[in-house]
Amino acid sequence: MHPAPFAYKAAHSVEEALQLLRSHEDAKILAGGHSLIPALKLRLTQPAVLIDISKISSLRGIRRENGKLIIGSGTTHREIEQSHLVAEASPLLASVAPQIGDVQVRHRGTFGGSLAHADPAGDWPAAALAVDAELVIAGAHGTRTVHASEFFTGMLTTVIEPDEILTEIKVPGEGTPGIYLKHRNAASGYATVGVAVTATHDHGRIGTVTIGVTGATPVAFRASIVEHALNGHAVSAHLLDEAASHAADGLECLSDIHAPAAYRSQLVKVMVRRALGKLLHA
Amino acid sequence: MAVASPTRAFGASIRRREDPRLITGRGKFTDDMHLANAATAMFVRSPHGHARIVSIDTSAAAAHPGVLGVYTFEDVKGFISGMPCAWPTTNTGDTLKLATYPPLADGKVRYFGEAVALVVAIDPNTAADAVQLVNVEYDPLPAVINNEAAVAPGAPLIHDSAPGNQAFRWSLVGGDTNGALAHADVRISQTLVNQRLIATPLETRCAVADYNPASGEVTVWVTSQNPHIHRLLIALSTGIPEHKIRVIAGDVGGGFGAKIPYYAGEALCIFASKELGVPVRWSESRSENYVATAHGRDHIQHIEVGATKEGKITALKVTAYASLGAYPSTAAPGVPTWLFGCIIQGPYDIPNNEVHVIGVYTNTTPTDAYRGAGRPEATYILERVIDLVAAKVGRDPVDVRRLNFVRKDQFPFKVANGTLTYDSGDYELTLGKALHTIGYTDLRAWQAEQRAAGKLVGIGVSSFVEVCGLGPSSAANAMGFAGGLYDSATIRVHPTGKVTVFTGVHSHGQGHETSFAQIVARDLGVMVDDVDVIHGDTDKVQHGMGTYGSRSAPVGGGALRMAGMKIRAKAQKIAAHLLEVAEEDIEWVDDAFRVKGSPDKSKTIPDCAFAAYMAGNLPAGVTPVLEEQHWYDPENFVFPFGTHICVVEVDRETGETHIKRYVAVDDCGEIINPMLRDGQVHGGIAQGIAQALWEEAVYDENGQLLSGSLMDYAIPKASVMPHLELGHTVTPSPHNPLGVKGIGEAGTIASTPAVVNAVMDALSPLGIHHIDMPLRPAKVWAAIDAASH
Repeated sequence: MHPAPFAYKAAHSVEEALQLLRSHEDAKILAGGHSLIPALKLRLTQPAVLIDISKISSLRGIRRENGKLIIGSGTTHREIEQSHLVAEASPLLASVAPQIGDVQVRHRGTFGGSLAHADPAGDWPAAALAVDAELVIAGAHGTRTVHASEFFTGMLTTVIEPDEILTEIKVPGEGTPGIYLKHRNAASGYATVGVAVTATHDHGRIGTVTIGVTGATPVAFRASIVEHALNGHAVSAHLLDEAASHAADGLECLSDIHAPAAYRSQLVKVMVRRALGKLLHA
Repeated sequence: MAVASPTRAFGASIRRREDPRLITGRGKFTDDMHLANAATAMFVRSPHGHARIVSIDTSAAAAHPGVLGVYTFEDVKGFISGMPCAWPTTNTGDTLKLATYPPLADGKVRYFGEAVALVVAIDPNTAADAVQLVNVEYDPLPAVINNEAAVAPGAPLIHDSAPGNQAFRWSLVGGDTNGALAHADVRISQTLVNQRLIATPLETRCAVADYNPASGEVTVWVTSQNPHIHRLLIALSTGIPEHKIRVIAGDVGGGFGAKIPYYAGEALCIFASKELGVPVRWSESRSENYVATAHGRDHIQHIEVGATKEGKITALKVTAYASLGAYPSTAAPGVPTWLFGCIIQGPYDIPNNEVHVIGVYTNTTPTDAYRGAGRPEATYILERVIDLVAAKVGRDPVDVRRLNFVRKDQFPFKVANGTLTYDSGDYELTLGKALHTIGYTDLRAWQAEQRAAGKLVGIGVSSFVEVCGLGPSSAANAMGFAGGLYDSATIRVHPTGKVTVFTGVHSHGQGHETSFAQIVARDLGVMVDDVDVIHGDTDKVQHGMGTYGSRSAPVGGGALRMAGMKIRAKAQKIAAHLLEVAEEDIEWVDDAFRVKGSPDKSKTIPDCAFAAYMAGNLPAGVTPVLEEQHWYDPENFVFPFGTHICVVEVDRETGETHIKRYVAVDDCGEIINPMLRDGQVHGGIAQGIAQALWEEAVYDENGQLLSGSLMDYAIPKASVMPHLELGHTVTPSPHNPLGVKGIGEAGTIASTPAVVNAVMDALSPLGIHHIDMPLRPAKVWAAIDAASH
């Protein structure tokens, strides 16, 4: 458990971090380190340079602006878990945070780190999709904003370029009801499947439902088929049953020693149904 | 809790005296031994399950700055050519094939993670860098993982010396099983898989060796459950004289059986220290622990049962394919044979039974004892069988257990195969108490309601007896164990009356520093805090056989009691002399020798100790000082028993098992410390539940360990443990000096079948009668899904 040799550079501003990224080949960004450090210790990755962005204070914090929640990429899971602002503005995020790892992990691991790592079993990607988060990415030529639906490109890959850094995440802050259900791998505690759902309803009629699913497939996705089947319809147990039964249609699920593809597919359907039931009381 | 009186020390829930040290980081584990100039050893390990080694190029690693040496089998074989097997099990006729177990791969690798080369460097980082520089060229061979496939015709041959990959065939026969099967009202055939497990102690293994070329002495700090056995095996395998070897196993962070064996890494630290003239340390990473430290269990068992239509079992026939892994580890051949087969009828009077064990080599990490070692494998068979019989004859599984129990009036009870005589027991008693605690009748009514509402709820019962307190040396020798199974105690009462105890058993979580002090405090009439317990250092402690098989209290504690009685006998002579009365006129009352009829005239053990060290006023024939030693070889094993009951609900849609209640009633004889007893039961149940529901070492067909880290190997977490309702009964062992039986393994033995039986009971309305462990949600859901189509 001894990493290969690497150089360590601590950045104190986003600009400095970007400069360091540009000036070093084979560099990796270190934030909370909860995915990177184990990979280093197992020598699964052997970068030449680590650029530590955890000391950049501008990347950390939660605020509300123009009705949106702005969360710095370096904000820890624990800070989100304990934020009254998040609890009020985004019940879904508030539901996800306490289900990540354990308290120690949540104190170190970061929101942006989890999103940028894009682990297929990560919790935040499902939520980012469900709230249609906007991800702000800084690069040499300023910043660009990408919607969550376009952010994740594959297993462990995103649109972030090697010389870019994810700086903040904007999510709607209207307090839309939301919930995250997670089936934990008994060994790792990671999501075998996690479903992040938001739903509005009024007088028995569904407004808008959004469903993000993680763990099931190489990259998190929106269960659009289910959403379309529900939006605008009258709430009924039968409708939810029927809609959720299609949650895994066409999916090519991951398979491992814990959960074969068929089981993940079953979990997607069951958990989507259960989350809908909790939010829509049916 | 403070105990005011020595008399009440035995049986009190005294907090573990070792814990302040351990939980404040002041323990001394092997990895805490930082010797000046110590070099670091690391191993190049095989990425293949089975492969021929074409070449090993160590030149780049050897040339790397800071590397002190790089060694292969050719370099080390002169020092140690093979790891010894200490239990070449008997009763195998001429079938036993103990393959050579080289300390580093010799021409071929036979399991994923096998050590191929040893790198020694000035520090861990340099060693890790150099490991990457060793270039090994392999020619991969087909691997075999499955125990039955290994002995099937045409299987890849692992050792030329073991044709057909068979390590041995072993049998025990009692009665006329085939005859009884032929005449049985009902017959059941079932195959059970008792999966491979990885012990996962909190502390991985570690060794530090310091060879002194001037004196020829070597000190080895090592994570061992049995330092004297380690010393013996080091001496036998390396030729270093035994009296020149000091083995120290100080604080050890959990063993579970996996720290019984003597491992190559330990021997090679000694080799490297001798070669390089500096101390050499090796400390496993967790990933390394998962491939390099012995695994456990791993049976495929074919069962044939015959019973009457009432459910009385008349015949039980077991054929088990047990994997030794790629090489025979220290105690490995004894575990799936004697420790398994002797107890095959458990707490039941099954007059006809047979066990046939085929020991096999597979391309997997060597196996060895794992908490319970053989007895959980037997108990799991029986408890599944009882439930299968109950289902077949349409009776409550509790009634079938009662029908088959050895009755209280049958003790001492000789088992059908003649190997064991159960000393004492009252199986109805623990069963009855467990049923009462859980409210069994109401529970079955509740279950009927829940089932009517569509819920999958189940109740699982598991009754067991285990054989432990290993054991009489004569029995151990007869079983082929290359050592005695006595143990020792030295009690040294210092001039001030303070006491140091030296025990030959070893504590790696058991809490001997507390419980053994309680034994001595009562016998000597001194305070627990005035008794220190020393273990784990071959230069301090007289010989001893270490701890496994729940032997510490029955055997180590037995020795301690006997030594304590010797102290008392000598002190009594001194007391009588000091009190100027005849020995017959004094008695031991309230922690002191008192003159009969004048209890105020008294002498305590500390009074006598002082006189013994002053030595000028001793009775004739009494030698100075107050120190006694005893070697205790028990006349029989001990047989703890009990009943556990588990209530589960299975989620029909996800296959998840939720444990709703768990009741455990154990009888371990006299109880030294109820809190420690409970702790042992808690830990054992956690480990047993984990086998039932989560844990499994999984290999792919090429021999890659897929569950090679805590990311994929599911040990139990506190957050998923149910509340445990513990009860106990006390049926003292009639033959050991303390009346104690073991408790370290009982929880593990009982809980696994209790949970599996509960889940199968939950699923029985769907027509599901058996699923092999672990009952992971995916597997249970697949069975539910298949049953509903």
